[in-house]
Amino acid sequence: MRFSDAARPELGDPAARRGRRRAAAEARGRRADAVGGFPGWEALREAGAAIRERTLRELGTHLETLEAAVEEEGGHVHWARDAAEARRIIDSLLPDDVPAALVRSDVTDEIGLDGAEPGPHSKAAVVGAGFLVAETGTLVVAERGDGLSFPGTLVAVAGIEDVVPGWTDLEVLLQLVSRAGAGVPMRPAISTRTGDFALVLLDNGRTTVLADPDGRAALRCVHCSACSDVCPVFQRTGPRPYGPGRAGPIGAVLTPQVRGVEAPLGASLPFASTLCGACADVCPVKIDIPAMLVHLRGRVVDARRGRPVPPPEMLLMRGLAWSMGDERRYEHTLVRRARWARLLARDGRIRRLPGLFGKWTDARDLPAPPRQSFRAWWRRRR
Amino acid sequence: MTAREEILGRVRGAFPGGDGGGVTVPRGYRRRAPVPRGDVIALFGERLADRRAAVRHVALDELAVAMAAMLWAREAKRVAVPADLPRAWLPGLDGVRPLTDDPPLDPAALAEADGVVTGCALAIAETGTVVLDGGRAQGRRELTLVPRHHLCVVHADQIVHTVPEAVGRLDPYLPLSWISGPSAGRTLEILVVEDW
Amino acid sequence: MRIAVFVTCWGDALFPATGRAVVRLLEHLGHEVVFEPAQTCCGHMHWTAGYHPEAIALARRLTEVFAGHDVIVTPSASCAATVRTAYPRMDPALAGLPVYELSELLVDVLGVTDVGARYPHRVTYQPTCHSLRALGLGDRPLRLLRAVRDLELADLPEAGECCGFGGAFAVKNADTSVAMVADKIARIHETGADVVCATDDSCLTHLGGALSRLRSGVRAVHLAEILASGLGAAGPAPVPGGVARRADAP
Ligand code: SF4
Repeated sequence: MRFSDAARPELGDPAARRGRRRAAAEARGRRADAVGGFPGWEALREAGAAIRERTLRELGTHLETLEAAVEEEGGHVHWARDAAEARRIIDSLLPDDVPAALVRSDVTDEIGLDGAEPGPHSKAAVVGAGFLVAETGTLVVAERGDGLSFPGTLVAVAGIEDVVPGWTDLEVLLQLVSRAGAGVPMRPAISTRTGDFALVLLDNGRTTVLADPDGRAALRCVHCSACSDVCPVFQRTGPRPYGPGRAGPIGAVLTPQVRGVEAPLGASLPFASTLCGACADVCPVKIDIPAMLVHLRGRVVDARRGRPVPPPEMLLMRGLAWSMGDERRYEHTLVRRARWARLLARDGRIRRLPGLFGKWTDARDLPAPPRQSFRAWWRRRR
Repeated sequence: MTAREEILGRVRGAFPGGDGGGVTVPRGYRRRAPVPRGDVIALFGERLADRRAAVRHVALDELAVAMAAMLWAREAKRVAVPADLPRAWLPGLDGVRPLTDDPPLDPAALAEADGVVTGCALAIAETGTVVLDGGRAQGRRELTLVPRHHLCVVHADQIVHTVPEAVGRLDPYLPLSWISGPSAGRTLEILVVEDW
Repeated sequence: MRIAVFVTCWGDALFPATGRAVVRLLEHLGHEVVFEPAQTCCGHMHWTAGYHPEAIALARRLTEVFAGHDVIVTPSASCAATVRTAYPRMDPALAGLPVYELSELLVDVLGVTDVGARYPHRVTYQPTCHSLRALGLGDRPLRLLRAVRDLELADLPEAGECCGFGGAFAVKNADTSVAMVADKIARIHETGADVVCATDDSCLTHLGGALSRLRSGVRAVHLAEILASGLGAAGPAPVPGGVARRADAP
């Protein structure tokens, strides 16, 4: 479904909208406190962005290092091409007779796992990893250690991009995630475990993202959710219109890359933003989400260029580009359109426009274009 | 082709010129700062207070009394303790019964405990964090997960200022629990022992 | 100083009063203003809508039209941001066109904050996203407004939040866009201002259009018009009308 269609029912629930606005405002306030007075925050972001970028560029090497380290410590690594394969592997690793507990994360949501929270009686658990340190084979979760400490089966699930090269990198990433995301100096609980767990590494479209030089930086994401907290669109619509993948600004750049830009959701998500830039301002690993959205918009349009019958928007935009390519054509168009628009106006305002722009005048007036353009005034003035 | 070969092949294929490389990480962020010890310890107390964790500073010879008072205030009558918790810490007072984790308490016994008393591996001032690594006076991780109240004893010289200092000191091969304030309905209290 | 003005396609057609105000203001300050008649559009709309080859052609064209000018001013933060941040992405050869947004030109290049204007209104200032984030205008527009005589400046709550325009967004996601502008207008009304001011006619079209539909008494006015008010040198001060943005006298 298109984002705009999926957003309509969400926008129609004013109580939910107010609740989201309030929660987001509180989150923004906490974040501002957590990064505002912190010395060297920008330097920390620079380091975080570079660590994540380096990870992606050397991903093959770090994954192999991770695999060797995990196995050295008595663990085992499994690879899953997609969600179904990941679920199959996890099923085969868990004992049949006891229910497995689940420590949720974006990745466990992605592959559609559910289960109860772990407790002292758990005998098996699946945990969504926060990070995996390649150098040491360490599993890091930004949660209490309930899922990590019992004498049973432990299966960790991670996206291939969740690897970090070295132990020292945690000193940067843990601070960034905590301050930018939760708005605290450190998340309330972080637990690590090295050795003795099964690790499932998931692709599920990530290598496709990695292959696009203008899109791959989306994989730097450390899942802090700061971009959603500041996004004015997300605050109005909530997570649902973003579809089955991740929500918020990062979802709007990841989902079209993973699922393609042809289907309605993938084709509309890059446009589900005003390009206001609030997300890029807060992202602790400096993902330029607006630039990426613009890049993806280009891909959406390019995918439509080959159609035998061009959509009306394309005709309009090409026509405008052609007109603006020459000042005589431009002025001719300007004069003609202004005259036409003035015919629709009453008392200097246009209350209804036909066609593509009808959506504008559903709730907003447009001023009638004045009789004299700037250039006409300039000519007469000389 | 196995999933491993296929995924690694696609990862490598994303960079036709071989591994991208060429990114150096600018480590210009603050790793340590010249701050007097007293200020570091004070900062730790402030951050804990920000996180709604109760904190008291005591001298070593006041530790047992302070601990008893804090456990009483929480009405913690049965308190789980690691096997190697220094005996001198435990209040020899009526009404508080230590449940020593030796032999290991089973989940049911642990669930009956009102609280747990541990030491820590180190503490981080600027985040108000205590880190446990299962070492001396800390016991296994489960001890701190189940009881609803955790009283953690921190020696002043275990407090480092910054996160990078802490990461540099911690052993990645130990099971680490970073605890910054209360979470999931559990309360956290900290006793800072100033003259060890 | 000789200053070339880039009025933008939107301003040329719909808001010529903004361009006229820029000319009046700069001439009042003693500068020579030139208008390159070959100028059309910077390509912002095509770039952000995904029509990249078309946008790049327009960017090349604008760069050629303004070649040789050392100082170019535009009353649009988003067009200035396009030239500064998007052009180098389109083609590194397009980097460096010396385009300044009006408040940048006044404060940074010409070194003035008090332009001599008089504007007897209660005004609230909406920092548009491109002026705030892409250009980093900071408090330059506010410094200019504070120096205007008889102008009472009212702080806008949650000023940094987008008004919901976003070019194609306003049409493609009209419902969300309208929900955003409704919240923005509620904040504007809280200020008790009778004028909301910004550095971009595109966002002002959106704000003004919604204010007009709601029959709100608040008018949306470009910073240039306020700064050119009451200068006395070149005719009477413009009187912003109550219609959508304003009724532009023929
Ligand atoms: S993209 Fe969003 S969730 Fe990911 S790191 Fe940046 S701000 Fe956080």
